[in-house]
Amino acid sequence: MSASLADEGLVIPDAPTEPGEFERSLRSLRDSGRKLLVAYVTGGLHDEWPDVVRAVADAGADAIEIGIPFSDPVMDGPIIQEASELALRDGASPVTVLDTLRTIDAGVPIAVMTYYNLAFHMGHERFAASLYEAGVRAAILPDLPLEEVGPWATAADPAGIETVMLAAPTAPDERLPRVVARSRGFVYAVGLLGVTGERDELAASSLVIARRLKAITDKPVLVGVGVSNGQQAAEVSQVADGCVIGSALMRRVVAGEGPAGAGAFIAEVRAALDAS
Amino acid sequence: MSLSEPSASGRFGEFGGRYVPETLVPACQELEAAFREAWADQAFRDELDALLADYAGRPSPITECHRLSEELGVRVLLKREDLNHTGSHKINNVLGQALLAKRMGKTRLVAETGAGQHGVASATAAALMGMECKVFMGEVDMERQALNVFRMKLLGAEVVPAMSGSRTLKDAVNEAMRDWVATVENTHYCLGSVMGPHPYPWMVREFHTVIGKESREQCAKLLENEIPDVVTACVGGGSNAIGIFSGFADTTAELVGVEPAGGAAVGRGVPGVVHGMKSYLMQDEFGQVQEAHSISAGLDYPGVGPEHSHLSSIGRARYEQVTDAEVIEAFQLLSRTEGIIPALEPAHALAWIIRDRAKLAGKTVLLNMSGRGDKDVAQMMEILG
Repeated sequence: MSASLADEGLVIPDAPTEPGEFERSLRSLRDSGRKLLVAYVTGGLHDEWPDVVRAVADAGADAIEIGIPFSDPVMDGPIIQEASELALRDGASPVTVLDTLRTIDAGVPIAVMTYYNLAFHMGHERFAASLYEAGVRAAILPDLPLEEVGPWATAADPAGIETVMLAAPTAPDERLPRVVARSRGFVYAVGLLGVTGERDELAASSLVIARRLKAITDKPVLVGVGVSNGQQAAEVSQVADGCVIGSALMRRVVAGEGPAGAGAFIAEVRAALDAS
Repeated sequence: MSLSEPSASGRFGEFGGRYVPETLVPACQELEAAFREAWADQAFRDELDALLADYAGRPSPITECHRLSEELGVRVLLKREDLNHTGSHKINNVLGQALLAKRMGKTRLVAETGAGQHGVASATAAALMGMECKVFMGEVDMERQALNVFRMKLLGAEVVPAMSGSRTLKDAVNEAMRDWVATVENTHYCLGSVMGPHPYPWMVREFHTVIGKESREQCAKLLENEIPDVVTACVGGGSNAIGIFSGFADTTAELVGVEPAGGAAVGRGVPGVVHGMKSYLMQDEFGQVQEAHSISAGLDYPGVGPEHSHLSSIGRARYEQVTDAEVIEAFQLLSRTEGIIPALEPAHALAWIIRDRAKLAGKTVLLNMSGRGDKDVAQMMEILG
């Protein structure tokens, strides 16, 4: 397969061997014994979203994922769909979100989470450069799997944008190492079969995928999708290096709990992680 | 040229590919391998052919439209996919996919539907083969196609409203993909058009090539020149169009796809990526996908199958646009002159013939009558008063 992809000019460049800024930051925290917490915030949702970002950083998030809202978020469940729709209705665009982001000094590394068409439409080089200028150091594009990542990664790597790859429970053993090798920043372990959203209990599959990944990489392994509270965060971080929390946080923001509510929730998760 | 297999990465020229969440990549690879193997297996082909003949009622005839042709000054032939079981061409694809899903050990089908034709066909195939079926349909479409919603339920399917975004076909596809991400172990996504991630655009085309093959043979007997001057069909995702185009791509026939003006991906879009594929796509200045607006729920889609984008870019097919008003006129004209009430979707292709009849004067045009109009009668009753 890869030979014929190359014939089509679809080369997947090897990831640079040196970790980037984002990954170095997470690695050093992890190596100091800390469990990692990445919080997801939808960019452009209500005027106060920069305050939500700051509150979440102050409350103990080690990095923040800014969602650039997209019209068709196929990997997202109801909460993030709603947050994206509301933000779009408020006039959010990649330009407005990145312009605002430039002015937020959160003091933690920033990644963006969005869908590939926004990068493709703007042009890979231009999109990567505009992320970097806004202070972003990593990108998560959940509809851009390994086989399609080549053209984007070719632009993003030299621009200083680390592309985080998703590793799913459905990946056969031979596939995981290739996904991991291409992943920069951290490895995003998809905790369950399904889209983003809160779940009552931590899926057993999150521990399985975390274990499979930890066995083959020393890059930070963070579990996302279905990690909903402090207890689940602590549970999954027994195996993984940490977790990503999105829907549980955004449900509170959508409900109007504001920066204070968002900060309080992340502080709670932080405390649970630190106590574990 | 004849329509060829896509490249290893699932591309037709620069279009296509497999832009799906990582969770679905192994499922798409597995489906590609299973389809390739089944399609090369004579036993699978025979089983499908038998179903198409004995259950779906194939071959479908070609009807020469004498009165309409006289009125327009254009010789119009209709490939009667409206006479298939369930009332549209959709059954060809669904029987193929359901057979394949069963062969792969899947017990459940999930599908999206716009006008409800693909949903009804999926529900039908699931009932026939004893599989579970869940159909996502935009909330707006459920209102304007209430009859098809009831039919799906009668057939034992669960119909779930897609409530996000424009609440039409685009959003039903999102919901179906989200369901599939969660259920991929026992579920086959029975995608209804030549769109989505590889192998769907190719596989769905192959299941519809029966339209083109039959038409080619029928035209050879019917026409002095054996080949019509023009082959035309409506294009939303583009499955019925690619089905009939496939029979004539290697001939001199002109291939014309007809899009609704409010959902003209080829005509008004630029390349983009959504629903697993790179193709022409209606989007705003930032790449947000725009909502389509068409009288026809089945064509109310901002994208188009990648092979159509390719055929357009290399100039082998061209794509015209018609307005809702032109479609309403065509719908009535065919009913009155030929006693055939068309679905609103193929009425688009006829609307183009009517508008361009001066340019088409004296020519023979083969139109894929992809579905019957029963489902649209209530909506038309309101419009026409």
